[in-house]
Amino acid sequence: MSKLNELTIAQAADGLDKGEFSAVDLAEASLAAAEAAKGLNAFITLTPEVARDRAAASDARRAKNGALGPLDGVPVAVKDLFCTEGVPTTAASHILDGFTPTYESTVGRNLIDAGAVMIGKTNLDEFAMGSSNMTSYYGPVKNPWTGPGGEDLVPGGSSGGSATAVAARICAGSLGTDTGGSIRQPASLCGIVGMKPTYGRCSRWGIVAFASSLDQAGPFARTVEDAAILLGAMAGHDPKDSTSAPHDVPDFRAAVQGGVKGLKVGIPREYTMDGMPAEIQTLWDRGADWLKSQGAEIKEVSLPHTKYALPAYYIVAPAEASSNLARYDGVRYGLRVDGDTLDDMYANTRGEGFGAEVRRRVLIGTYVLSAGYYDAYYVKAQKVRTRILEDFTKAFDDVDVLLTPTAPNAAFAIGAKMDDPIAMYLNDVFTVPANLAGLPGISVPAGLDKDGLPLGLQLVGRPFDEETVLRAAQAIEDAAGFDALPKYLGGQG
Amino acid sequence: MSYIIQGDTGDWEVIVGLEVHAQVSSQAKLFSGSPTAFGAGPNSQVSLIDAAMPGMLPVINGYCIEQAVKTGLGLNAKINKTSVFERKNYFYADLPQGYQISQYLHPVVGEGIVTVDLADGTTRDIGVERLHMEQDAGKSMHDQDPKRSFIDLNRAGVCLMEIVTKPDIRSPEEAGAFVRKLRSILRYLGTCDGNMEQGSMRADVNVSVRKVGEEGYRTRAEIKNVNSVRFIMQAIEIEAERQVDIHESGGEIVQETRLMDPVKGETRSMRAKEFAHDYRYFPDPDLLPLELTDAFIEGLRKTLPELPDAKKQRFMDDMGLSAKDASALVADRESAEYFEAVAAASDPKKAANWVTNDLFGALNKAGLAIADSPISAAHLSKLLGLMDDGTISGKIAKDVFEIMWETSGDPEQIVEDKGLKQITDTGAIEAAVDAAIASNPEQADEIRQGNDKAIGWFVGQIMKATQGKANPQQVNQLLREKLKG
Repeated sequence: MSKLNELTIAQAADGLDKGEFSAVDLAEASLAAAEAAKGLNAFITLTPEVARDRAAASDARRAKNGALGPLDGVPVAVKDLFCTEGVPTTAASHILDGFTPTYESTVGRNLIDAGAVMIGKTNLDEFAMGSSNMTSYYGPVKNPWTGPGGEDLVPGGSSGGSATAVAARICAGSLGTDTGGSIRQPASLCGIVGMKPTYGRCSRWGIVAFASSLDQAGPFARTVEDAAILLGAMAGHDPKDSTSAPHDVPDFRAAVQGGVKGLKVGIPREYTMDGMPAEIQTLWDRGADWLKSQGAEIKEVSLPHTKYALPAYYIVAPAEASSNLARYDGVRYGLRVDGDTLDDMYANTRGEGFGAEVRRRVLIGTYVLSAGYYDAYYVKAQKVRTRILEDFTKAFDDVDVLLTPTAPNAAFAIGAKMDDPIAMYLNDVFTVPANLAGLPGISVPAGLDKDGLPLGLQLVGRPFDEETVLRAAQAIEDAAGFDALPKYLGGQG
Repeated sequence: MSYIIQGDTGDWEVIVGLEVHAQVSSQAKLFSGSPTAFGAGPNSQVSLIDAAMPGMLPVINGYCIEQAVKTGLGLNAKINKTSVFERKNYFYADLPQGYQISQYLHPVVGEGIVTVDLADGTTRDIGVERLHMEQDAGKSMHDQDPKRSFIDLNRAGVCLMEIVTKPDIRSPEEAGAFVRKLRSILRYLGTCDGNMEQGSMRADVNVSVRKVGEEGYRTRAEIKNVNSVRFIMQAIEIEAERQVDIHESGGEIVQETRLMDPVKGETRSMRAKEFAHDYRYFPDPDLLPLELTDAFIEGLRKTLPELPDAKKQRFMDDMGLSAKDASALVADRESAEYFEAVAAASDPKKAANWVTNDLFGALNKAGLAIADSPISAAHLSKLLGLMDDGTISGKIAKDVFEIMWETSGDPEQIVEDKGLKQITDTGAIEAAVDAAIASNPEQADEIRQGNDKAIGWFVGQIMKATQGKANPQQVNQLLREKLKG
């Protein structure tokens, strides 16, 4: 049998049900794996006491009344953007030094209620702003996969720590957030499954805000089924979030096995990018063939405004961020760097507290909202957003789900692209449109590139139709038979 | 009755627009469940949302929306079925989010009209441009410590309505009348308590001047945060004079924000840093646009009370009151209710006289509000009843009123205890008349010779003799019968 930390959620749940091991055993295995993999820097805070308490409580619960569900007693890692009651929450920023929330995010609470065992808070790009996990105040995360010359690679971002924790088999599942691809892109670069559900499916309450109209929580796992289990526990209407959808949560796990027979799969022609590596195109074609061979119908569709998505995103997201981050002012919590006047205190606190990328985006956001520029940038970007949504709506008249690459490249070396923000931003080119339109998307590992690095394929569906997305993702997973392992595995680094 | 400033170069008129901030009467804040009670200890009414903790989200308080829509209906204004909350971004220590959630391009209430009553009995219509909802900020206290400022977030997030007029106001008097009328309407509606001294209502006053007959507007200045009717009127007078002086001396008015200094009797410019903001408004992505249904709006319309204008008209049409009396009575809801209770059992005009003259006079003198009146409406009504049925004379009634004011007593009891019942027994009055004639033969002769003026003197003597209890009409009639008959 595999080591306990290498089990999937479904396998762990099965073993717990059969009494083969306890939740405490699982927690200890994950904590030991996390300890051994410290060099990956996937965690900002490990929470062994919380993990042991919750695991013991799970075992006691199971012995007394039976398990709450498949997550009861299963170790998970939580992106350090979710506020956790009594556990420091940093958003990977210096400015939140010393901040320990007195409250638990709704998604975090839902997981606790499902019996999940948090082992720690994972590293991320500062305030979730980045595609490489290089902007964290707590240092970069290493991808458990390494380059052909053994060089260290980025895990992608912003949820790089959560992706690494799952890819390195520290735990079976983790929580991320996805504003422009921050779950799907690292999932692709780390060879695991990552899903961004429909905007409004998971409550944003208690998650440090980056761009409110785009942020959405989602799961990382090593199988589509596990992702479905996690999402089922995370999701649900929350009256504390006005943008949370008042919809019932379907049985996502059951949907996974639905198959793709008769499913219409769209291939958006605008996603063929100049300069994209041929192997990504090849993988994409292969993905379409896999679905076709399982009974799906493949159709080319057009999303004509795709090329405007990335520029629009890099207006809307910084605009919202510049306002959302205004609360970090040194007055009530976190870092305060004194000054002679209130304005000096703001400047000192925010100047020292925010890293370069956050400062860049706050400046961009402030600029595009300024008098005289608002119409040309922000209003225009919102119009683009409407057009992009219309593109998708039209496409979904003809097809049930879209298949695209997740990212235009595999994992790259730590430090690469750092001097060229635009090159970095291009990593999100295939993922951003789903955020702008609020649609569910998933990245599934589908193969390796010439350097032996994982590549993912993305499926995007209609709003609140995660079930179809999961069905198609399962079909890709079945056909791909992705069983390559990264160099670093939990406890074996 | 136009308000004219006579300058060296000619006559000037003043153009005023008001932005009134009214705190919505509501148990909870606009986007959090925190209470709003006045006077609580510092930072005792602050939720995670009000303090802008990371990850906190606003959820709109439906009751505040109802209050704003009711106010819009009370101002005869257009209710916008779609409105949008936006963020007004600026940094200040008592603004925890770093932005105020407000309405900007799409307010919940559009154009309306307020009719104001002026001292000369005329009315004027003042246009309302819009009403929008917004969060209040907290309070900074700079006087508690030599080096530090303290912040109280109790007010942070409290729901305000900002009511903006068109530049229709032409005098300090009209501005005062507008604010009083607006306050009256809000109090009738129960949407704002109107207590300016507690900060529930305050105004930004936009003032410009122009030559009489001139078209268009000149540059205006805004006087911020004026917190009483008197100061609003004073601010307009002072600012208009200042602007006329500048224009006449060839200077330019700077569009700026000024503060009123009531002690020095001047307005002064705020430092540029205090207001030079680019607020970077944009729709708050945490909140969906506010959509109102017709059923919601019409449902609220049905709950509206009779408002002062309608009440005034009814008092005039159905009760025959003068415009002046009717205006005085409807100015606040409690007065109108008091009057209606008094008038229910007696002649409305007489009731109006007693309420507006005797009662309001006494209240004003004592500095009391009608709610604190020592004389209840039921007792005043009874007093009028005692006059109507002839139990006491009007003169005695004034005395009884004085006693009621002092003791809050029941007028019937007072009349009984003090033996103030009017003498209506003709025999007793006749005896008193005969006695008076007998002891004043010279004056009696004068009357017999046709000098009717002396009749009054006799009545006075007889009233004195009966301690005012004789019915003066009866006395008069008997005197005439006996001396002229």
